[in-house]
Amino acid sequence: MTGTLAAIGAGLAVIGAGLGIGRIGGSAMEAIARQPEAATKIQTAMIISAALIEGVALFAVVVALIA
Amino acid sequence: MKTRIITGLFFVFLLIVFNLPVTGQESNSSTRENGKEGAEVKFNASTYILEHIADSHEWHIITKKNGESVAIYLPVILFSKEKGLDLFSSKKLAHGHEYKGYKLEEEGELKGRIVSINEQGQVDEKNFPLDFSITKSVVAMMFAALIGLILFISLSRSYKKTGISHPKGIQSFLEPVILFVRDDIAIPNIGEQKYSKFMPYLLTVFFFILINNIMGLIPFPPPFGANVTGNIAVTLTLAMFTFLITQFSGSKTYWRHIYAAPGVPFWLLPIMIPVEVIGMFSKPFALMVRLFANITAGHIIVLSLVSLIFIFKSLAVAPVSIFFVIFMDCLELLVAFLQAYVFTLLSALFISLALEEHH
Repeated sequence: MTGTLAAIGAGLAVIGAGLGIGRIGGSAMEAIARQPEAATKIQTAMIISAALIEGVALFAVVVALIA
Repeated sequence: MKTRIITGLFFVFLLIVFNLPVTGQESNSSTRENGKEGAEVKFNASTYILEHIADSHEWHIITKKNGESVAIYLPVILFSKEKGLDLFSSKKLAHGHEYKGYKLEEEGELKGRIVSINEQGQVDEKNFPLDFSITKSVVAMMFAALIGLILFISLSRSYKKTGISHPKGIQSFLEPVILFVRDDIAIPNIGEQKYSKFMPYLLTVFFFILINNIMGLIPFPPPFGANVTGNIAVTLTLAMFTFLITQFSGSKTYWRHIYAAPGVPFWLLPIMIPVEVIGMFSKPFALMVRLFANITAGHIIVLSLVSLIFIFKSLAVAPVSIFFVIFMDCLELLVAFLQAYVFTLLSALFISLALEEHH
């Protein structure tokens, strides 16, 4: 039973990560569409934010793995 | 035309290299439970995956058809108060044998640890021996350090010979990366005056994590394919280095902000101080977990996709599985670079926070 609950917990964490990174990607695309010259800067900032959010989501996965 | 052929051959080579785990490591003595005549074998995917991610005292290469395993047995170095220092090959401890009063536990809650056995054969739960063994991760780390040393010493030698003129050879490969770490990570965060003190640390951390991440992706031959940065002890040590560097270079303003933040009424301080102290510890903790989880998750995904073939036991799954494995490996390559970059960036950020001067 703990195995299944752990898997459900990891799944919930992935929902959070998906939503967060989806929003970042969306606003990055809008920003690039508005100002194509700033595309590289926006891309760098997007990748950094995505990595940080993924880090938080992976906390939850690690806790699920331990359980 | 010639470059196209070379590029094509290179991709074929990558295909082969990234898929050697599929052909070579079919089984492992504890993941397959042999039936009476070895006919029905069950493949336990989670054991297979966890064994490949975890550190171990031997470097398992192949298990032959008759169940024997071909492995490189690494040295075990133990120190216990009663028996002193012991050094022997891990072959003596294979398969749960006992040697010189030590045993490698294979099941139960002490699984994977070396324990002391007293004369009656009972595990001595109070005094665990100190384990300084050269395990798989240690060998891989030393090899990565060797690669780093060779690269950078030859780099500095070629600078001495040709001077800071146009770069040739290995310089042209490494110089943009080093300049990237300096211009995009160190200077924007730490500032023009003080960044040079911390550049050695930032460069070391960046290349150590990068080389070890990439080595973890290549499955074969032996020094590659060990999960170093996915070992939480390694990432804990790296995060602790960042933590110690920030603590030892903390300016007075930094400590004031933690213990007596300006503008905070005194009755809020009992709440603010624990919160700030927890914040001080949670930042390196996040660094540790982020690197560990990203790399381990990547390895787990690749290993799961490969073990799909063995779960379904049909060769038709192989092309689909291998295609996904290649895709995930490319993603893992991106993650390797990204995690090295993010770790270094956040270390630079924390150092800059510690060096903050009063405005």
